[in-house]
Amino acid sequence: MLAGFQSPSSGEILLDGQPIQDLPARKRGIGMVFQNYALFPHMSVGDNLAFPLEVRGMGAQERQQRVNQVLQLVRLEGFANRRPNQLSGGQQQRVAIARALVFEPSLVLMDEPLGALDRNLREEMQYEIRRIHRSLDVTIVYVTHDQQEAMVMSDRIAVLRNGIVDQIAVPEGLYEAPTSAFVARFIGESNQLHGRVTSLIEQDNVCVVDTGGEEIRALKITPCSVGDDVTLSIRPERIKINPEAGHYTNQVQATVEDMTFLGDQLRIRLAACGRNDFIATIPNIVGHGGLVTGDSIQIGWTIVDCRALNYELS
Amino acid sequence: MASPLTSSSGAVRRSQLRALGLVAPLVIFVGVTFVTPLGTMLMRSIHDPVVADTLPQTLTLLEEWDGQQLPNESIYITLAEEIKQASSERTLGQIAGRINRVQSGFRSAVTRTARELHSQPIEATRESMISIDSVWADLSTWNAIKLTGQRFTARHYWNAMDLQVLSDGSIGQQPEERRIYIKLFLRTLLVSGIITLLCLILGYPIAHLIANSPPSRANLLLILVLIPFWTSLLVRTTSWIVLLQTQGVLNDLFVLIGLITEDGRLAMIYNMTGTIVAMTHVLLPFMVLPLYSVMRGIPPTHMNAAASLGATPVQAFLRVYWPQSLPGVGAGSLLVFIIAIGYYITPALVGGSEGQLISNMIAYHMQTSLNWGLAAALGGVLLIGVLILYVVYDRLIGLDRIGLR
Repeated sequence: MLAGFQSPSSGEILLDGQPIQDLPARKRGIGMVFQNYALFPHMSVGDNLAFPLEVRGMGAQERQQRVNQVLQLVRLEGFANRRPNQLSGGQQQRVAIARALVFEPSLVLMDEPLGALDRNLREEMQYEIRRIHRSLDVTIVYVTHDQQEAMVMSDRIAVLRNGIVDQIAVPEGLYEAPTSAFVARFIGESNQLHGRVTSLIEQDNVCVVDTGGEEIRALKITPCSVGDDVTLSIRPERIKINPEAGHYTNQVQATVEDMTFLGDQLRIRLAACGRNDFIATIPNIVGHGGLVTGDSIQIGWTIVDCRALNYELS
Repeated sequence: MASPLTSSSGAVRRSQLRALGLVAPLVIFVGVTFVTPLGTMLMRSIHDPVVADTLPQTLTLLEEWDGQQLPNESIYITLAEEIKQASSERTLGQIAGRINRVQSGFRSAVTRTARELHSQPIEATRESMISIDSVWADLSTWNAIKLTGQRFTARHYWNAMDLQVLSDGSIGQQPEERRIYIKLFLRTLLVSGIITLLCLILGYPIAHLIANSPPSRANLLLILVLIPFWTSLLVRTTSWIVLLQTQGVLNDLFVLIGLITEDGRLAMIYNMTGTIVAMTHVLLPFMVLPLYSVMRGIPPTHMNAAASLGATPVQAFLRVYWPQSLPGVGAGSLLVFIIAIGYYITPALVGGSEGQLISNMIAYHMQTSLNWGLAAALGGVLLIGVLILYVVYDRLIGLDRIGLR
């Protein structure tokens, strides 16, 4: 829709304040990088790059100059006469990006551009795209289903769910302050507890939630009132094992169900608050407690690390 | 040490033999039913031993003959002997027919001569022969005998190209009224070109539609394209007669809606129009299928990509889609063109006299005039033409890009 291949049934698309939803794709001036690159196999790399300039009626000399510039930008000098199928996946990717940039669009749309690459190449290209992004000062809309990729690449991330934007925020904001249970679950890992609000305290900023036995205090994010069902979201790394008594507002009894050693961290599955998939991760530092499966322990977390979000069963 | 190697190479050979055994029936079938007759037929176009076998001594003597004046007495006597013998062996008609194609009037002359020689056992001399028929006083008669007496000859090919061997041995044009084949070849090429173009214009959008339809609809459309394949060629051609004839459906319709008057009914069949219309219909699938197979391999994102890069639909088509579909265009056109230049049945049925193509002339020489040598030579010229086309196509587009990868 943004690129103009489909028409919205309603609403407006604004680019620099101008409505573009009625413009055909060719007049929008949006550079697009396709998932499978969509390089034209019958043209050389140079001709592929010159194509958008040519259809805009640019002279041969200027065309050549711009193509060389953009080839330099993606570090493919000397590849102009190759055919796309003579290039590696990463090189084709860079040509596709170059082609989307060469006509200096106001916006570049990348539709899962790294989906076809293997892991190492993908990381390299992520770095490459960020470098190009910084050096050009162009807006890139980058579509991906890889959360980590989104975190790495983005200045701002829009989380879409069933075609509706759930939250738009900088990567840190999305992780630290998700505004919906879905985003909390989708970006990073989160323990989600379900319960009912029994009272609101501290100028209605904190709600007290009954999760079936345990009473937990959480930061109120989604508007709610007493009696409402909510989802509580707690990041695993914010959980403290065996805290000093009274140090944390929320402190509950838990049983170690399983432990997984991940090298840099220890991942502990606990039974707590009526669930047995409560995850806590602790950094692998000397003396991490010497826990063993079956231990009965105390866990605690602060109010700020516990967010009361919309009620939603995962 | 070497035993595992030997046994494995033995296994390889056995499996090769098995594979050979499996293809053998096809190879034999093709050899017996295709290669051999084709070879024999092409051989006929350059090899014609009938005259040489029937008049061996005359021809030996004629080798000495200078061609400037009438041959000497002994040649007449020898020829008379051999004519008598051929007449009694009933092979005279064959040579008479062959020589007659070069020297018209020869057939009746030689028949009369044979009859006279049998009825009155006179001494065959130069004078008596000439008195039987004046043709024996004609230098060109002897030239014709000498010419047709060659076992290996290019004269059928000269003939197929409206040329002839003149009496002095040089190559010259046929007389005006006998120059028909070049014109016919050109007409065949032109008609085939028109048909190919029509098939391309009609087939390209269909192929594009099928290639970009969801699978279920694409299947349905493909079946519709293929239905003509499942219908008898005769039925299809006859349907065109029903549609296009002067009292046919289309003309009736045109009269009904007042497009033409009752007297102005259009002649759309039994002429070139009929040939072109019916053949385009028959050959359309041969265009659509290669186009479709190539177009299916062109990602639909390419047109989107071109649009996002600022190309108008026309630019996107001309610069992005059309070049990528060229192998299909080439394959389809080559296929249709090659089938069209050798097509026989449709022009024979709906072509009338003006819509006949070279294949109909070949059939005429095979079935009616029995000049198999010329028929073979015409076929040979056609074959060479197709091979040249093939080479040109290979140079321009490359046979490996024909879409069969």
